[in-house]
Amino acid sequence: MKKAISLALALTLAVSFAACGGGGGGGNSQGGGGSESDVIKIGVFEPLTGGNAGGGELEVRGIELAHEKYGEVLGKKIELVKADNKSDAVEASVAASRLVESEKVDIVIGSWGSTLSNAGGPIFKENKIVCMGASCTNPNVTNSNEYYYRVCFIDPFQGTVLANYAFNDLGAKNVAIIFESSNDYAVGLKNFFEEAFKELGGTISSTSTYQLDDTDFSSQLQAALANNPDCIFAPGNFTEAALMMQQARQTGSDIQFLGGDTFEVPELITIGGDAVEGCAITSFFDPAAPINDTTTEFIEAYRAKYNEEPAAFAALGYDAYVTVYKAIEAAGSVDSDAIRDALSTIVVPGATGNIRFNDKGDAIINLAVLKVVKDGKFEYLSTVTID
Amino acid sequence: MIQNLTTEMFIQSVANAISVGSLYAMVAIGYTMVYGILRLINFAHSDIFMMSMYFVFYLITIFALPWPIAFIAAVLATGVLGIVVEAAAYRPLREAPRISVLISSIGVSYLMENFGVVVFSGIQKQFPPVPAFQSVVVIGSIYFQKLSLYMPVVTAISVVGLLYLIDKTKIGMAMRATSKDYETAKLMGININTVISTTFAIGSMLACVGAIMWGLKYPKIEPYVGIMPGLKCFIAAVIGGIGNIKGAVVGAYLLGFMEIMIVLFIPALSSYKDAFAFIMLIAILLLRPAGILGEKKADKV
Repeated sequence: MKKAISLALALTLAVSFAACGGGGGGGNSQGGGGSESDVIKIGVFEPLTGGNAGGGELEVRGIELAHEKYGEVLGKKIELVKADNKSDAVEASVAASRLVESEKVDIVIGSWGSTLSNAGGPIFKENKIVCMGASCTNPNVTNSNEYYYRVCFIDPFQGTVLANYAFNDLGAKNVAIIFESSNDYAVGLKNFFEEAFKELGGTISSTSTYQLDDTDFSSQLQAALANNPDCIFAPGNFTEAALMMQQARQTGSDIQFLGGDTFEVPELITIGGDAVEGCAITSFFDPAAPINDTTTEFIEAYRAKYNEEPAAFAALGYDAYVTVYKAIEAAGSVDSDAIRDALSTIVVPGATGNIRFNDKGDAIINLAVLKVVKDGKFEYLSTVTID
Repeated sequence: MIQNLTTEMFIQSVANAISVGSLYAMVAIGYTMVYGILRLINFAHSDIFMMSMYFVFYLITIFALPWPIAFIAAVLATGVLGIVVEAAAYRPLREAPRISVLISSIGVSYLMENFGVVVFSGIQKQFPPVPAFQSVVVIGSIYFQKLSLYMPVVTAISVVGLLYLIDKTKIGMAMRATSKDYETAKLMGININTVISTTFAIGSMLACVGAIMWGLKYPKIEPYVGIMPGLKCFIAAVIGGIGNIKGAVVGAYLLGFMEIMIVLFIPALSSYKDAFAFIMLIAILLLRPAGILGEKKADKV
């Protein structure tokens, strides 16, 4: 019996190692871009299964919508190649390698979740493939990676917006934090929020952590609620947040929850139900407050295709695709250096605003939207600009 | 490290621990039963757990069945699924080395997960809410879902029923005989295939009951939802002494209490909760490899 158990454990280990094995060994690339084929391949690097699947799906919708509209460039057809990074950092590097080495894509869009982007980043950099992030907000994604760009704001900004909202609008002086410690995004956002909130004069009453795919938050909530905080800030994934809010309501607490952009996925509401009502979040965009003509155009096209209101992640997916498209057009080729040159100068009217990049590859954005969950919908609260 | 620990918090945690332990017990029994009879660790058990959650989901959302009927139908469907998995993936390997069956079970597990991704999609779904179980009860300053009251009861009834079945009935006697010596049992005229099918059906049905309670407590379904509960319950079964049903229950409650209490006393370690389960597994394998209630016997391999 002992033998059988150790055998089983050894096997489990072997299987998990085998799963990791695919990531290594990538030496045969010849710069990836600049292929002479008659299609241009755009890799879609997104979580389509696992804990972040709901978010990845929204971005893919935006990308596909844009692809329908802009399907051809430089006289060649554009082909989307989807790679599922399975909401897991190890799988993300496997998916990135697959895009670069076997699919030989010219350029990549993605990923939802900064942890996943950080896992793919070095592979794109090594193979000199430009990657356009849609909603990965952690600063490290583009730091020291000149091939990674993004069309969204970054977390130091988002943290400040949230801290201001908590302190000034909610009147919270005392905030408990429960964050997803396995996620680069959540760790970063927690730190930036904490910094900004303390600077305003607030205090953080307690900090506890959880991991992706956790289901029981009763102990974290108990620790947080013991200090009677004014609200709970919970940066992390949407499903876990939904379960957490449910469990908070089950302890009889009606405490205010506050979250970041990752909450704005329909599954937060379908899983959380009534418990997520009142939860306030930051976002990139809201159909209720169109920014320019592209926004209106995007909203109409999205409604026509999917028969629902577009979420911010879909808008960012759309923008990432359009930016990539315009960059290829301006560069006149799919050569990575030419695309990078083009990206440093172009201004693209996107659904979330005019997109232009700073020398780090981050979109220059000083605008965020605050939303609140009301009657089972994400409702527009206000638009915030910080200079 | 300890923050204002009050009696209420402690009692609240005990209530949480009992409900989590009851959940683990239902699934751990399935592992232990199959192991007891076939000496097989059924890696597909966690995916049978997952499939049963989808059964409930589709029965309620698409066929619009009321929950009691949907629950019973799902339990039966899961029992059938268990029999099918056994007949398709394990029965042809009855005479093959044990390792082949083990690998076959890993194969079935991957098959079902990927089937789930393709057919149900990777996007999370909400387990249909049943207010009768999910409404909150308040006693003093302790809050819990009604479900937490039912869970230990359901587990207790299942365990008692199962023990009765195994110790007092004819099929139970056949199960014990098969587990003791499968060749001899066959010679004595026991239909091994029926016994093994029954075992899988019962194990899977218990997994379904566990999955229903799990879904009511943590209403999230996705194709990989079974993996963590599966691992934890496997650990619970090993801690208690795999092959021993009472052991699985003891192991499950022990694991539930450990997980909740460690985080209660040391909140800073909350995200390492899963790691404790594995540390416990290593400790038990080092100190008492047969598990808490497992008897030491000569290995038949």
